[in-house]
Amino acid sequence: MNTIVGRSRWTPLLFLAPFIVTFLLFTAYPLVQSVNLSMHQTYGPKTSTFVGSGNFTQLFSDPLFWKALGNTFLFALGSVFLQLPLSLGLALLLDRPSVRGRLLFRLIYFSPSLAGIVFVALLFGPIFEKNTGLLNVWLNSWIGFDLEFPWMERHVMTGLIVAGMWMYVGFNMVYFLAALQNVDRSIEEAALVDGAGPWQRFRHVTVPAIRPVAGFVVLLSIIGSFQLFELPFVLLNNTAGPDNRGLTVVMYLYQTGFEVGDLGYASAIGWSLAILLMILAVGLRLVLRRYED
Amino acid sequence: MEVSPTRRLWMALTYVLLAVTAILMLVPFAYLVCSAFKTNDDVFRSTFLPAGEGLLGADWSRLTLDNFRRLFTEMDFGRHMLNSVFLASVTSILATLASAMGGYALAKFSFAGRAFFTNFVLAALVIPAAVLIAPTYQLLYWMGLLDSYAGLILPGIAPAFGVYLFRQAMINSVPNEVLDAARIDGAGELRIFFGMVIPLVRPMLGAFLLITFLGTWNNFISPQVVLQSSEKFPLSVAISQLKGVYSQDYALQMAGTLVSIAPVLCLFLLLQKEFISGLTSGAVKG
Repeated sequence: MNTIVGRSRWTPLLFLAPFIVTFLLFTAYPLVQSVNLSMHQTYGPKTSTFVGSGNFTQLFSDPLFWKALGNTFLFALGSVFLQLPLSLGLALLLDRPSVRGRLLFRLIYFSPSLAGIVFVALLFGPIFEKNTGLLNVWLNSWIGFDLEFPWMERHVMTGLIVAGMWMYVGFNMVYFLAALQNVDRSIEEAALVDGAGPWQRFRHVTVPAIRPVAGFVVLLSIIGSFQLFELPFVLLNNTAGPDNRGLTVVMYLYQTGFEVGDLGYASAIGWSLAILLMILAVGLRLVLRRYED
Repeated sequence: MEVSPTRRLWMALTYVLLAVTAILMLVPFAYLVCSAFKTNDDVFRSTFLPAGEGLLGADWSRLTLDNFRRLFTEMDFGRHMLNSVFLASVTSILATLASAMGGYALAKFSFAGRAFFTNFVLAALVIPAAVLIAPTYQLLYWMGLLDSYAGLILPGIAPAFGVYLFRQAMINSVPNEVLDAARIDGAGELRIFFGMVIPLVRPMLGAFLLITFLGTWNNFISPQVVLQSSEKFPLSVAISQLKGVYSQDYALQMAGTLVSIAPVLCLFLLLQKEFISGLTSGAVKG
């Protein structure tokens, strides 16, 4: 790396130039400007008035913001506590070398995550229909579930957790499968010889080995869940649904910035979300570190 | 070899669970394909294929291509598909090239500011997208790039994620001796990059190209915010508009969804070997 044979010291900078230029223009500058914007009230991209911390105080007493936050939080809880355990379960089933067709199963489970969220939102429209929708028809014939159950009208966040699960359970499983490669087979066999049961082996051999990746997957899942926007927005025909039941934080940001035209208030929503995510990330780190000791 | 009955039972249970999950994963796709070829009345009347006397207990004669005809003749979906192909190809090629170049500079050159720029890339990785939406829109307005493809493509050209990924891959898979030998032989820097470095990280290149292609194809919020004229819309935006206008015409919606999903699924199936080997090579050597 240290030999210098006839090359200019500008060479590496020229190779880096596309990144530096686009980063400065489209990331660094907007980042600074969004702080500035969050202290203004704007109407469209042109006119703005300085309001200081006004946007943030308004946000704190804005019932729609709290509604959006509550809905988004519910979805994140569903992703972390329902979807991730399922992903881990599937990974554990698939991890055994004696299972045939592992590549095919993995491909099938992974495939929904390739379809874009917008397209998944369209696909789940008819599936969530009352009376004729696939979900109610099946649940009705299996467990006598209410055919009229209004997924989109009243229980849209629950429906979104189901749709999200279909889309991402296999995606997260792939991470867990990779993490399971770190499990030391010899330790597992030693535990087996010592008479450890399946739960003990899982708790004391598997969990410590996959903990770093698991923490990362939980964090990615939280960050992804809090960005929820297209799925409810498109499913509910480009609205937040009746009584704002499908309103999420990023959807509120979009509506404020691009339907109302207040880019300032939208930036304040963006920063609130960013700060919340940072707090969650730090909190998660602290919790995980505690387990390590 | 003797297999104990409990073990056999466990294996049977494993396969049942795996198969049931696989069916649950595939059912929405099957539903999508069936609905796309039905009339809208039949979408409400039957779950998968319309019931009848034919093969599999279905009435095959009731299937129709009419949804696709309407999409491509009345709703200009051919145009939207070309827009998606154009946007995803240009963005993924430029992003991959710029990321590989940036990663190469950080991995294989020692220069003043290298540590600074590496930290720069790492910091850029954690900036949340939500805070950039409004100011980027304002910036594009000032630059006169709203409602243009340049306004969509330029901000995505050099993702920090890509630069970092290529840096990690190149540190180990590109030997310094080869680069030095080429320089002694008098090869130019560009020739070294395109002729020697790029071929060495080919799997990674393929994987990253595919990831950015999929990401751009499926992206909704950027084109929704930046573009205004409908003839420029990619499939993602066009189909959300279609759902707004024809909210009860599920057959038409499913045909549009199938047309939008099928190309990327096929692309992935064709390239999945490349995709997976690229990802793991990055992970192992990084």
